Amino acid sequence: MNNVIYLFLRRLKTPLITMIVVYSISILGFVLVPGQDDQGNVYHMDFFHAVYFVSFMGSTIGFGEIPYAFTAAQRMWTLFCIYATVISWLYGIGTALALLQEPIFGRMLRRRSFTSTVKKMNEPFYLICGYGVTGRVVVRQLVKRDVRVVVLDIEPDRIDELEMDDLSISVPALCADASLPDLLDAAGLQHEKCIGVMALTNDDHVNLSIAIASKLLSPDRMVISRTESDITTSNLHSFGTDLVVDPFRTYAQYLSLAAHEPYMHLVYDWIHNPFHRPLSSVYQRTKGRWIICGHGRFGRALYRAFDEGEVDLTVVDVDAVSIEDIPHQVTGVGTEASTLLEAGVMDAVGIVAGTPNDADNLSIIMTARELNPKILTVVRQNIHENSLVFKNSRADFVMEQGRIIANRVLAHLKSPLVPIFIEEMQNRYDDVWAHTLINRMSSVVGQNELDCWAFVVGEEETPALIEASQQGIELKLSLFFKDPHDRKRNLHAFPLMLRRGELVDMLPGELDIIQPGDEILVCGLNKANKRMQWTVNNYNVLHYILTGNDANNNLLSRFLLKYF
Amino acid sequence: MNKEKVIFAFFIVLALTLNFGFFIGDLTDPAHHNVFEFFAALVVSLICTVIKFGDRTHLGALMLATSLVVDLQLIVAAGIWGYAEHISGTGMDPSTMSSIISLSGGALLANIISVVLLVVETALLRR
Repeated sequence: MNNVIYLFLRRLKTPLITMIVVYSISILGFVLVPGQDDQGNVYHMDFFHAVYFVSFMGSTIGFGEIPYAFTAAQRMWTLFCIYATVISWLYGIGTALALLQEPIFGRMLRRRSFTSTVKKMNEPFYLICGYGVTGRVVVRQLVKRDVRVVVLDIEPDRIDELEMDDLSISVPALCADASLPDLLDAAGLQHEKCIGVMALTNDDHVNLSIAIASKLLSPDRMVISRTESDITTSNLHSFGTDLVVDPFRTYAQYLSLAAHEPYMHLVYDWIHNPFHRPLSSVYQRTKGRWIICGHGRFGRALYRAFDEGEVDLTVVDVDAVSIEDIPHQVTGVGTEASTLLEAGVMDAVGIVAGTPNDADNLSIIMTARELNPKILTVVRQNIHENSLVFKNSRADFVMEQGRIIANRVLAHLKSPLVPIFIEEMQNRYDDVWAHTLINRMSSVVGQNELDCWAFVVGEEETPALIEASQQGIELKLSLFFKDPHDRKRNLHAFPLMLRRGELVDMLPGELDIIQPGDEILVCGLNKANKRMQWTVNNYNVLHYILTGNDANNNLLSRFLLKYF
Repeated sequence: MNKEKVIFAFFIVLALTLNFGFFIGDLTDPAHHNVFEFFAALVVSLICTVIKFGDRTHLGALMLATSLVVDLQLIVAAGIWGYAEHISGTGMDPSTMSSIISLSGGALLANIISVVLLVVETALLRR
């Protein structure tokens, strides 16, 4: 990375040559111009004294006329030299300063320091491309969990924002186009500690090229990408992207879950969303007519997701052609009462304002509520800056793309078991089961954030358990949930799922025996996670939990125990 | 014809010729070695160094290195000259003169390499 030095040298070429020429002419002049010594003889200054004199004259220090007082001819030459050298100095310094102020120079310096910081990373880190709403939420949550991240974004403003956000650990960030592989490389794409790449920009092409570059350079590393079109989604899946998040589709599924199985929806929401909905917010009246305003990407995804269930759908859109083949359809924006009345707002259970215009969306739900106060309102928020208005819109659901993607990504990062759990729950159980589960979750965490984490029983994550099982001790699942401070107390957590090979056990019993290789998904308070880490990592703590004795498991005490 | 190339080659060759002109003559005889020629050789060599700045190719790096060698040799020679004339008190003697000339001989060798590299670069360009 000698770019900076090369640029500097290249720009300073002319000033340096000017200075050399001016100095050599001045020196030569002093050697050639005849002088007079103290006895009045003609003498010629030698090179040594000429260099000495010009050096202090050029830097305007000025020690006087040496070795003898100058003649008029010498003074005249000095006069010329003073101006020539001063001007050449000014020219040189001016060029150097101008270069320092050039934006390209600053960019180069920043990139250089960014690259070297990333190179020096010695902890596992995620590379996050795009620091928009999604990127910001993801970065904040990861930093909260003490996970290192590196950020790339093309907007200088967003990088400035990152510097203003006070994050507890330093986050190297660079303003650059993430679709360029050499920049990704500088950001640690080939770094051995990079454990995951997230393409969260709002441009599908950029996300695609990030995902491809990452999968090419290191096929086993996790890649998460957001997408906005079905073509990109299938493209991303085709080369093995680990998680592809389509905000419209994700939210459509989320909403259709709310309409069909409200308690299962709550379970989903609690696991994914750090600010979960209260239990009382379950919507009982969800079966019936739904009105979808706007048949764009979101509207279509929603229509597809809802169509599977037993709900009547009426679609409202300005463009009559796009909704031609839908059985119940009304042409119009939906902001005026007449369109909504025609769509049947009076007996509908819910209305979705899903147009790409925020003002229209707000207007739709306000009109709808005026006509039918009991209606369930779902509003799509397109621009993050409108948060304040949407927060006060009293809509039942606000769909904001950025947050949806962020929640989905974070759930995946917590553990890849989370999506499996959700899928199993939807396939195997009904809403009553979900209701009991949500009650249990609520009794464990109350109003706090429900966290999820997972263990793989093995040498790496649970060394203490392996040591115990090698000694022939039978390990029950319940030992995870005992408080290492007082084993009679239970931690605020419970197991969600146990996976052993192909076998998936939902809500496993606490007396189940665990074996090496088991994957256990746990939910509860974040505090319980830290305590649990003690149990599985520290053999002495595990020993206390198993037996109730505070064992000093060192050589001396083992010896004493054995013989006394 | 590229004006920049002409200037570039001009200075590199001039550095060699001036250096050669100063070097040639009896090793110990100050009368054979003109101080002005030495001064010109040093100045041209410094200019050569600056001209070679900022070229990122391998050949460019080699050329810069040879120029830096020339500068080093000539500046040391100039230092010895100044010391002999003004500080030692004995003035210029044959042994000092010979060490100055041998230093400039070293510089001459580096200048020759520089010119050879210039020719190599040109030959590569033609192909």
